[in-house]
Amino acid sequence: MQLTNLNKYELKPVLITGNEEISPNVFVFSWKREGIFSPGQVIKITADPNEPPRIYSICSGINDENLSVLFNVKPGGELTPKLAMMKPGDKIYVSAPYGSFSSDDSPATWIATGTGIAPFYSMIRSGRYKNKKLIHGVSYANQFYFEEFLEKVLDENYIRCCSRAETGVHFHGRITDYLIGLNKLSREDKYYLCGQALMVVEVRDLLIRKGVPYGQIYAEIYF
Amino acid sequence: MEPIKELLFGKTLNELIQVSTDLGLPKFTAGQLADWLYKKQIGSIDEMSNLSRKVRELLTEKYDFGTVLPAKVQVSTDGTKKYLFVTGKHQFIETAMIPDDDRITVCVSSQIGCKMGCLFCMTAKQGFQGQLSAGEIVNQIRSIDEAASVSNIVYMGMGEPFDNLDEVLKSIEILTSEWGYGMSPRRITVSSIGIVPAMGRFLRESEAHLAISLHTPFDEQRKSLMPVQIAYPIAEVVEEIRKWDFTGQRRVSFEYILFKGLNDTSIHVKELSRLLNGIKCRINLIRFHPVPGTPLVSPDEETILHFKNQLNDKGIFTSVRASRGQDIYAACGLLSTKEQNSNLKI
Ligand SMILES: Cc1cc2nc3c(=O)[nH]c(=O)nc-3n(C[C@H](O)[C@H](O)[C@H](O)COP(=O)(O)OP(=O)(O)OC[C@H]3O[C@@H](n4cnc5c(N)ncnc54)[C@H](O)[C@@H]3O)c2cc1C
Ligand code: SF4
Repeated sequence: MQLTNLNKYELKPVLITGNEEISPNVFVFSWKREGIFSPGQVIKITADPNEPPRIYSICSGINDENLSVLFNVKPGGELTPKLAMMKPGDKIYVSAPYGSFSSDDSPATWIATGTGIAPFYSMIRSGRYKNKKLIHGVSYANQFYFEEFLEKVLDENYIRCCSRAETGVHFHGRITDYLIGLNKLSREDKYYLCGQALMVVEVRDLLIRKGVPYGQIYAEIYF
Repeated sequence: MEPIKELLFGKTLNELIQVSTDLGLPKFTAGQLADWLYKKQIGSIDEMSNLSRKVRELLTEKYDFGTVLPAKVQVSTDGTKKYLFVTGKHQFIETAMIPDDDRITVCVSSQIGCKMGCLFCMTAKQGFQGQLSAGEIVNQIRSIDEAASVSNIVYMGMGEPFDNLDEVLKSIEILTSEWGYGMSPRRITVSSIGIVPAMGRFLRESEAHLAISLHTPFDEQRKSLMPVQIAYPIAEVVEEIRKWDFTGQRRVSFEYILFKGLNDTSIHVKELSRLLNGIKCRINLIRFHPVPGTPLVSPDEETILHFKNQLNDKGIFTSVRASRGQDIYAACGLLSTKEQNSNLKI
């Protein structure tokens, strides 16, 4: 027996201010920011308050006018095909930002696949990239979202791994191939992994095999 | 190539009514089908002897019966069995049968692999390979040697049941309905790491027991063990549980795998008692079965007992789950991973 009304996800309506397709089927979706958040936090979103919301990492910076998320359309998915069709002025329902997946100034390596770049992009846009190295793994070169900005800000601390296309510019292979090939891997650094489950599990195992204590590895999985 | 037929096994009564309607058969055929599928031990449409030959032919054109026998079975010296079923394209799922004095418990899988990435879990290392259908879940009970004497079912095998909730709820409907197996929902426990919205729906739409994988009450520590902590922190899971009544026959329990030097201290006992304060529940302590490449180990027996006693002293009913089937890859996911890898090598 339910003791209290459960059909509440503490969501409030907002009007979207932008929905830009930055790569095929990948969108940056925005609405006006009210209040503060910490980079690395997530937010629940739904187009229909009676449907369970989905979770998205905030990808905008703490001082940006809008709050944004980066999503890719899941064919047959409940929410993302709807979000992809939305225009400025349309209504969605969002939770307050919550969770913590953020690093301090201590040295860390950020490792992301696909849209898993979102929390790190938020940290970088918020100016929190001191002592950080970013490794982004994708299938094709047009999935290096925000590439120009990241290249400018992070310079040689921005490593791109492209698994399915040889570009001549990026490392050709998966993130695990890149990490295996490294001569030196800091055991003192923290490691933040974000994206697909299998990448997270494989990279975590590899880091542990290379002597990184598991307590220094933080993972966010987009399940 | 012959078209792939739909499977009858795993359909609910409503779906069987739809099957009958689609084929222009009387509505009562659905009840007869349910009877053959879930109450009798047959394995083909042809054996449904109270249906006319014409009806059986009509059904066979579009449907297969849908049960699958295990591909492999391993028997432990303690009587526990691990069944391996093949599903999809050379993918394997595991089912455990655990005999106890007067009980036979079956531990079923709900997904092929898993997306949740828990540090201590072998299934996590397979990544996510697909969802199991309700039929594939119920088949894990129906197609084992002990099918006729199963007393309890736990959804604690491979996968996260609340990440495949539609099929899990459907399987529970088949197991508990009068037209299905007619089991009491109080003999079924679904174990989850706590996906809050799905948990709410499960509690609303079924009467089965709930078990939550807790493993540590501390946020940072749980994050390093279970990435789900970022999306659904254990505090939010417990807050949700508080909204439900577990003082009657329905039970909520918390699973707690003990890891040496990590989550087995008195500080953990204190925090657990604070977190669960006021909830009528029990804690099941579980010995950790090492999985390859994981830097975690089980504490010694003395520490386990001390931890248990401390929790009991705090008023939380706590027991230690017996380790079973140690000699047959007890940790869930080990056997299927081994099979998958040996198939890849062929
Ligand atoms: C903490 C967290 C943060 C997240 N952040 C982001 C983010 O920043 N950006 C983003 O794009 N997404 C993110 N996600 C994922 C997001 O919450 C949704 O799950 C996703 O957008 C799909 O939603 P949907 O409603 O469109 O699809 P759903 O209706 O949920 O399902 C999509 C379809 O894909 C299938 N499917 C789902 N997962 C898999 C898989 N791993 N492999 C194969 N098939 C699968 C389902 O079975 C279904 O058919 C995050 C998830 C979590 C838990
Ligand atoms: S413990 Fe359960 S939820 Fe976690 S990865 Fe393993 S199967 Fe999935």
